[in-house]
Amino acid sequence: MSIDTSTAGRVAKLARIKVEDDALPALAAEFNNILGFIEQLNEVDVDGVEPMTSVTPQRLKRRVDVVSDGSQQQAVLKNSPDAREGFFAVPKVME
Amino acid sequence: MTDLNTLGLAEARDALRAGSTTSKELTEACLKAIEGAGALNAFVHHTPEIAMEQAAAADARIAEGDAPAMCGLPIGIKDLFCTKGVPSQAGSRILEGFLPEYESTVSGNLLGSGAVMLGKLNMDEFAMGSSNETSVYGNAINPWKVDERQLTPGGSSGGSAAAVAADLCLAATGTDTGGSIRQPAAFTGTVGIKPTYGRCSRWGVVAFASSLDQAGPMTKSVRDAAIMLETMCGYDPKDSTSADLAVPNFEALMTGNIRGKKIGLPKEYRMDGMPAEIDKLWADGADMLRDAGAEIVDISLPHTKYALPAYYVIAPAEASSNLARYDGVRYGHRATLDAGDGITEMYEKTRAEGFGPEVQRRVMIGTYVLSAGFYDAYYNRARRVRTLIKKDFEDVFAAGVDAILTPATPSSAFGLGEMTDVDPVQMYLNDVFTVTVNMAGLPGISVPVGLDSKGLPMGLQLIGRPWEEGDLLSSAYALEKAAGFIAKPTKWW
Repeated sequence: MSIDTSTAGRVAKLARIKVEDDALPALAAEFNNILGFIEQLNEVDVDGVEPMTSVTPQRLKRRVDVVSDGSQQQAVLKNSPDAREGFFAVPKVME
Repeated sequence: MTDLNTLGLAEARDALRAGSTTSKELTEACLKAIEGAGALNAFVHHTPEIAMEQAAAADARIAEGDAPAMCGLPIGIKDLFCTKGVPSQAGSRILEGFLPEYESTVSGNLLGSGAVMLGKLNMDEFAMGSSNETSVYGNAINPWKVDERQLTPGGSSGGSAAAVAADLCLAATGTDTGGSIRQPAAFTGTVGIKPTYGRCSRWGVVAFASSLDQAGPMTKSVRDAAIMLETMCGYDPKDSTSADLAVPNFEALMTGNIRGKKIGLPKEYRMDGMPAEIDKLWADGADMLRDAGAEIVDISLPHTKYALPAYYVIAPAEASSNLARYDGVRYGHRATLDAGDGITEMYEKTRAEGFGPEVQRRVMIGTYVLSAGFYDAYYNRARRVRTLIKKDFEDVFAAGVDAILTPATPSSAFGLGEMTDVDPVQMYLNDVFTVTVNMAGLPGISVPVGLDSKGLPMGLQLIGRPWEEGDLLSSAYALEKAAGFIAKPTKWW
């Protein structure tokens, strides 16, 4: 499978990372190199093999469905690059 | 008298308990060593005031007779651990200025037992790298030096390895997703153990690949690793994959008696192009364990070859999800926006500025293998292969093998910058012997065993059964005793 520059651009967009157009050919070449390495996996017979979901056999623990934490607005907002009036502030989302 | 910063955890603990030194003296010695070691770029955030306060509190605890094993012992913390009120950047620009409002469970366990934090240690950005060259802080430098070149301490826990090897601290925390504790330990002549997946809580440790990440100690001896690991481990309800199992006294289990134990040598780890010195080290290590009474058997782990390519699907896939949180909204860096930029531009510019090239590469590879149409071909196939890799290990353990001996790395430490122009896959090959262990969730330890012809340390890896770190440490202790590795880097910094 080979990645062209438009696919590389689409992946960058999906990943929300700005990549300038003139950097896309080099990026596509890097992807192809890494994916070429990954292609080896096609040699493995995986018929009837379950995809691993948990490396140690365990059931996730359950707890009682009650509020156990909260009321930490200040702490939550403390590291925000732009917090105002108790909210995270971001650029306009809708016109 | 020996400089106090050169002590290991066990010696320092015993000296504290005997009253022959104080935590204040130990801490001062380490702070002085750190001050003189700027050239190594190992410590990237210094916390001397916190350290001296903690040392005074530890001395008071010791005087009262309430001294857990780690009490009063000065250590370094990898930058990946969130430490309350102290910069925790994961070696990334995107977390510049981030001051956690909470303490990671592992660092909290250590500090709660009275350990002293000297500062935060350099690492590859988001733990993605094998040479500490992707860090926003610049390269950490290996204290081992044999010619004019500066060598890598390995990665991603490069700052931790350099600091321990150079006696800037008594021990350090590391984390290991594909070999990030064991490879730097091998490159610096130190000991590093990655415990079974689930032993150490991941809560408060900046996430890279959640199904693979584990914290562990990096120390000057196997005994020290046992002492520190015990304090780091333990069930934590805040990490849903944390194991609700009792933590044994690892030091007590570490007898070094391996008589009758079966140690496997996997034939698939004999790689083409492996340096003869690594091959010989491996054979020597097997002889040492045989002489100590173990039975050495040849084993096969047939899917070994596929561990690294499967890792480079699974780890980037998980990273692309985990790193989605760095969006310039809640913490860290936000790009300066142009007039008219909306929220999408904010995300894209912030992430382009905040992530370095290797992190961007992995996030995008992960995005690709998870995208519609490729999820089955890449991600699900890699997870199936992972099942087979784990089964390989289960089969040999079921056949009575107690531990597996392998090289830790395919070479000794290489020069900084030497891998810059090769393609990323060449760098990924550094983890070829260690990554299988993460894929299978097993405990693995790197033990320094000898020097190569250039005079650089080389390590061997022992892999144990799940949850049997005590037994693994015992085998590692036997190997350490037989190898008698005592070399230290000559101070040039």
